[in-house]
Amino acid sequence: MDESTRREFFALAGGAAMLTVTLRPAEATPDMLASAIRNVVGTAPVKTGKVKLDIPPLVENGNTVPMTVSVASPMAPEDHVKSIHVFNEKNPQPNIGNFYLSPQAGRAQVATRIRLADSQKVVAVAKLSDGTFWSASVDVVVTLAACTEEVI
Amino acid sequence: MPSALVNIPKKAKRGDVIEIKTLMSHIMETGYRHTASGEAVARDIITSFTCRFNGAEIFRADLFPAIAANPFFTFFATVTESGKFEFEWVGDKGFSETASASISVE
Amino acid sequence: MRLARTIGIAGMLAATAVAAAEIPQEQRRSGLTFMTPETQTMQNDDTANPGMLWVLDGEALWNRKESNAGKACADCHGNAGASMKGVAARYPAFDKMLGRPVDLEQRINLCRTNHQQAPQLAFESRDLLAITAFIAKQSRGTPIEAGSDPQLEPFIAKGRALYAQRQGQLNLACSNCHDESWDKRLAGSAITQGHATGYPLYRLEWQTLGSLQRRLRACMTGIRAQAYDFGSPELVELELYLMSRSRGMPMEAPAVRP
Repeated sequence: MDESTRREFFALAGGAAMLTVTLRPAEATPDMLASAIRNVVGTAPVKTGKVKLDIPPLVENGNTVPMTVSVASPMAPEDHVKSIHVFNEKNPQPNIGNFYLSPQAGRAQVATRIRLADSQKVVAVAKLSDGTFWSASVDVVVTLAACTEEVI
Repeated sequence: MPSALVNIPKKAKRGDVIEIKTLMSHIMETGYRHTASGEAVARDIITSFTCRFNGAEIFRADLFPAIAANPFFTFFATVTESGKFEFEWVGDKGFSETASASISVE
Repeated sequence: MRLARTIGIAGMLAATAVAAAEIPQEQRRSGLTFMTPETQTMQNDDTANPGMLWVLDGEALWNRKESNAGKACADCHGNAGASMKGVAARYPAFDKMLGRPVDLEQRINLCRTNHQQAPQLAFESRDLLAITAFIAKQSRGTPIEAGSDPQLEPFIAKGRALYAQRQGQLNLACSNCHDESWDKRLAGSAITQGHATGYPLYRLEWQTLGSLQRRLRACMTGIRAQAYDFGSPELVELELYLMSRSRGMPMEAPAVRP
């Protein structure tokens, strides 16, 4: 939903929630997302699979969204995950975080808390030791807090 | 007083895969916010987190403004010997903090 | 002030009617139960709860000797786990010298002034929040018993009147949402019963720890009313009423809330 549609929706909802106009920086575009992914994978193909991205489909608050990304891998010296890269579609910047694992990780799983500025797609790309790339993506719905407050 | 909260099991068996949890106090100011008078609030984030075991790097993260305040990371490590985990957070404005935790492996 | 007193008197007369609208004991639910499982885990896991960062800081401050009198909280109160257990569950409490209730933050500042010859800590300052969080955590699991002191009755009545008073451009009273509309939604967020069982708490919206007074002021701004100042008698009376309204529920500070 874009800004004006969302405002109409809340007005219809009884006017109880009042949104202040905030200066929004230019959003990341699908192009920025694609080019951020390209920075990591280059021209190599990215296959879907092996990666699991766990984010609640409807987040409680976009400021702190728990996220777990895991990759099915034996994490053996000859077959392991080297790095996991997480991207987003509509934050001001396409990158969220890059995680570099060692074969001694035991399990290719990282959990953290991220910020999502709007309802959008989150993408995780894993780089394996054999040079292949795998990805998964999730669509997340983010609603604004019902009431704004003054900054302290 | 920046504080770190780090959690690992105190003991483990050789070959166990243990979960490591870390929490660091930091505002993670995105650089995209503005004050009421319209001035931009400068970016101030942790940019890198590293975990070493007995000196060898076992986990590293690049952080961007999209990582939430008070960055929290959990990850895993296979332990084959007793030793010390060392954690380091580095960021804008010369931010640099460390923490450590020891584990005994039998 | 006069208006508040008039409301207070009118409120006391209406007290029985309003009390009838209070949520019955068996239906009382903490805000924790309205959250997603992920956020609940954030609160319940001490190794992942951001509020614990303040508790750690608070522990250090508890043991730190303050400049002028060279006294730390620990010098009088010893081990907080023993001496502070149950304390936060009965605050705001009546202060004999001042003749009115004070909340935990005010009590800490009174101690600093009277017993440590230390300067007061500003409301919502990191140090004050840290000490408050550390003390409140010692009451975790203890059932709330704030307001049982008979000297507090007139103040609870004032708090109840404030709670039921419609105000602001949106002309809403706390009771409209938290007594009459809990479990409904306000623009995607769950409306809770408004129990103060977990303060000071880490609010995801703030991305930091904050006090109940901060939360009340935020709600008042949200309904477009002029929020009472930090430390004002109105906020303490509201805190007192809210805590007494949650009597019997276990303390869960430092909580996490959206």
